[in-house]
Order: sequence, then structure tokens, then C-alpha cells
Amino acid sequence: MTDTTLSAPAAQAPGRLTRLRRAMPLLVLLSAVWLGLMVLAAVLADAIRPYAVTQMDLSARLVPMGTPGHLLGTDELGRDVLSRLIQSIRVSLVIAFGATILSAVVGTALGFLAAQFRGWVEQMVMALADFQAALPFMIMSLSVLAFFGSSMTLLVCLMGFYGWERYARIARGLAISASAQGYAGAVVQLGARPARVYLRHILPNVASTLIVSMTLTFPEIILMESGLSFLGLGVQPPETSLGNMVGFGREYLTRAPWIMLAPSLVIVLTTLSISLLGDWLRDRLDPTIR
Amino acid sequence: MLTYILSRLARALLTILLVMTFAFVVLRMSGDPAIILLGPDAPQDAIDAFRARWGLDAPLWQQYLAYLKQLATFDFGVSMRDRAPALDLVLERVPATLALTVPALMLKIGIGIPAGVYAALHRQSVADRGVIMLSIFGFTIPSFVLGLVLVLIFAVRLDWLPSGGQDTWRHAILPIVTMSVGGIGILARFSRSAMIEVLGQPYIRTAMAKGLSWRDVVWKHALPNAAVPIVTLIGFMVGALIAGAVVIESIFSWPGVGRLIVVSVANRDLAVVQCLLLVIASSMVVANLLVDFAYGLLDPRLRARAATH
Repeated sequence: MTDTTLSAPAAQAPGRLTRLRRAMPLLVLLSAVWLGLMVLAAVLADAIRPYAVTQMDLSARLVPMGTPGHLLGTDELGRDVLSRLIQSIRVSLVIAFGATILSAVVGTALGFLAAQFRGWVEQMVMALADFQAALPFMIMSLSVLAFFGSSMTLLVCLMGFYGWERYARIARGLAISASAQGYAGAVVQLGARPARVYLRHILPNVASTLIVSMTLTFPEIILMESGLSFLGLGVQPPETSLGNMVGFGREYLTRAPWIMLAPSLVIVLTTLSISLLGDWLRDRLDPTIR
Repeated sequence: MLTYILSRLARALLTILLVMTFAFVVLRMSGDPAIILLGPDAPQDAIDAFRARWGLDAPLWQQYLAYLKQLATFDFGVSMRDRAPALDLVLERVPATLALTVPALMLKIGIGIPAGVYAALHRQSVADRGVIMLSIFGFTIPSFVLGLVLVLIFAVRLDWLPSGGQDTWRHAILPIVTMSVGGIGILARFSRSAMIEVLGQPYIRTAMAKGLSWRDVVWKHALPNAAVPIVTLIGFMVGALIAGAVVIESIFSWPGVGRLIVVSVANRDLAVVQCLLLVIASSMVVANLLVDFAYGLLDPRLRARAATH
């Protein structure tokens, strides 16, 4: 794990995107700018939205992109696509952020617990992680949402279950190897309690790896949420999310493709940006990868 | 070796049991199928009769024991909606789904691995960069977006292919392509990095130093060693053969397992949903088991380690 400085071939085998990054560091920059724009749109949604999300204009239904007053056109009820898109970005990002943080916190906490207590606690956490990995997550979510009825809170909690086992495995492994190193033993000797050792000393040392796996989980959660919303089981109308817009836009694929294309493009660009940024971050931060 | 296999089997069974228990509890806790199926205006005695008929009036733990007893005799329950055995309903949909997922898997393997290996062997070339870019794009684009864009182009604008249904082989083209793109991207990227890692190993230098042709080095030394991580990934894909098509079947109105999931979930058809989850979880677990055993075949070192387990 710490043999990075020793392995000579490291120079010959840089990260997957290293070549690309050297050629076009611009790409990473563009990704960061795009993500910044998305966050800005989500934060300022209420201020920059030209119309209310549910405001209908029945005289201007299904007008195409570029119509004055409706830059991205309108949908079947004459609602402004741009306004709905901005609101959707907010909803989808809030769900994805909430869920990513939830799963990172739960997973890391369980991983640390396993590392601290070992024995049967560790066995149980690892068995749960195996179970989570074998669970057909999409189908389980479908059933839970259909049977309980979809709500924003439930959706965030459910998505927060996604991927916790990866953090748990990583956190456990890193914490165990950290405890074997001098610094953790030193603070224990100084009389620090386990909570302090883990939160103040081990966590900062393993944070970069955990952040990298967050950038990997984040786009998957966006895809999962938009997939569920697309199937009509995620975010419910009149609230809107990116997947939900694509799902409804599908009905008008032939007559008004812009309803579906605008949110699709946002989803693709956002997940693409996070992946590129995540790859770059991993190459920069993660000492465990080559 | 035998104890290793047995412990893996026991763990696999435990995982399936956990999935089933979880599904059972969640599904029973989350709403009354009697009201969904009979409608909100159904008279109370009809609802009571329905609950008694399906054993929904017993306490949860009794229902659970009864369910386990059923499973032990390979009885997977009966659909609450059309009274057909749940397993039959599920199994009759499996061929339609496999008709999409198996060709898609072959495309993923047939295109993804060669592309990744080629990129690894020609690093920093234009082809390599193209493979990286396309593979990132491939696995970040959601299947429903890709599916709808393909429909828009090939069915709506060009009118070359049908947009949905299952009548001829031409109906399968768009769903299969949609399904393969993500997997091709993932496999290409994965095999590229696995190959690059292997090519940097000392035994490759040794093989070249003793005068083997480049072809032999790649085929006999590099590829078999790069195969272990790639096989893991293919194992996941095999495990998802039955379940992996929910969204895509829904886009192309393909009457497979995915459609059955969406429909029976919407109908609260408990027995069918549980049976589906059982079949899907089992297929995933079996695929993982096969991968574990395939490791032994691919990598003698792992075989030795397993024997000492």
C-alpha cells in the first residue's frame, strides 16, 4: 500500500487518464467549470429561473428551442423547459449529494467500527457488505419505492444505501493498516480515546482515498436516481428531476425532442465531468493506486 | 479445497437467504396488497377473505416461517393477480431477456476486451486516446438517454429500425446496442489498465529477453495474467444477465423479466416480486461463485492459497 516510492515501473504505468491530462488539462478544467455552473444553478435556482416550474402557458405548448421567452422551448403543458431544467438540476444534485454523504458517513463509520473491534463485529460488517454487494439494488429500490410510495426523504435514504459497502471495505482496510503505523499507536499511548484516534488522526490520513471513492459513487447515484425517476418511481410530479424530465419527454420524442434532449445532455455532461475530475483527483491524491 | 468450496457455498446460500429475508420484511411492511388488488372501495369482508386466503392475517414471523417452509419444498408461491405459479411467470420471461442480454454480453466481450488490449499495446497513440475517450463516454451516458437518442435517430428520423416491440430480429438491434455500449466502455478501460499493469511486470521483460516473439509474449504471458481481473468483471456482467435490462426493456417495450419486475412491483404482486428477487439474487451469487472457481483455473497461485484455506 505504501510501496509507491519503491515500485520503479510506476513511472511507466501512470493513471489511465494521465496521457490525456497532459495533452488536455483543459478537459479537467472544463469539467470543474461545468460542475461549478451546475452547483451555482442549483443554489441560485429560485433567482435565475425565468418562470415558475409549474407555470403553464397553454397558448405556447411544445414551442421549439430558441423561441423568444422560452430559450429551451416548452413542454406539452406550455411549461418552460429551461426553468424546469434548473429546478431539476437542484433536485437531482441535492439527492445525489445527500445520498453520497450519507453512504460515505455510514460506510466509513462501519468500516472504522470493524477495524476497532475486529472479531465478530468485523465479521458482521463484512457479511453485511457482501449482502449489500449481492443485492440487486435497482430492483430492491424499485420495490421499496413502489410499495412505500416515493418521497424525497425516502429517496435520499435509499440512495444513501448505495455503495456504503465500498467505503466500509476501504475504511476498514486503511484503518487497520493505519493502526499498525506509528502515529496511531502514539496517540493511543498518549491516552487518546478511540473516537479521537479515528476522527482526529486516522480519518484525515485516509480522507483522500475516501473522497476519491465519493467521486466514483456520485455519478452512479445520479444515474440510479435518474433511472428510477425515468421509470416513474423516483421524484414525483409536480416536483421534477433530470431523470423524471427525460421520462416525460419520452412521450414527445417525435414531436418535441428538446424536452428530453436538454436534461439528457445535462446528465451526460455532469456524470462525465465528475468522472474526469475524479480520475484526475485519484491520480493526484490516492497513494494506493500505482 | 473441498472445505473452501463448501464454505463458499455456505456463504452464497447465506447471502441469498439474507436477500430473501430483507425482501420479505420490506415487502410485507410496506402496504397491504389486498387494498391495492381489490381497490379502496372493496367491502371489509372481501378484504378479510383475501388476507386469509394469502395468509396475510397471520403475524409477520408466522408468515415468514411459512414462506421459508414453502421455499424449502421449492414452492415459490402463486401470483396474487392471475393465480399462476410465480416461478412459471418469471421463467417464461427469461428467454426474452436473455435474447437481449446474451448478444449484448458477447458484444461487450468481443469489442471491449480487444479494444482495451489494443489500446494498451499501442499506448499514447491516437487509437489509445480514442479508446479512452469513447470508453469514458460509454459508461457515463445513462442507458435510457442513449436508448432514446438511438430511437430518435434510427427510428424516428431515419426510419431504419423499429422503436419498440419484439416481432422480428430487427426489433432487437437497438436494445442490444444500447445495452452493450456501457459494458464495452467499462471492459475496454478495465482490460487496458490490466494489460498495462501486466506489461510492466518483470516476467514480461524476461519473456522478451529470452527471445520470444512479441506475439507469443502477448498471447502466452501477458493475456493470461491480465485475465484474472477481467474475468471478475465479466462475472458481474454474467450475474446481471437476468436483471440488467429493467430500464432498457421499459424503453423498447420488450416483454422480458425487466418489464415483469416493473409491472408486478406496481401491482404489489408479492409472490412474483419475491420470486423475481430470488431468481435474480441467485443468478448473481452463482455468477460470483463461478468467478471464484474460475480464479483457481486461471491462477495456480490462488489455487494453492485456496487449498490452504
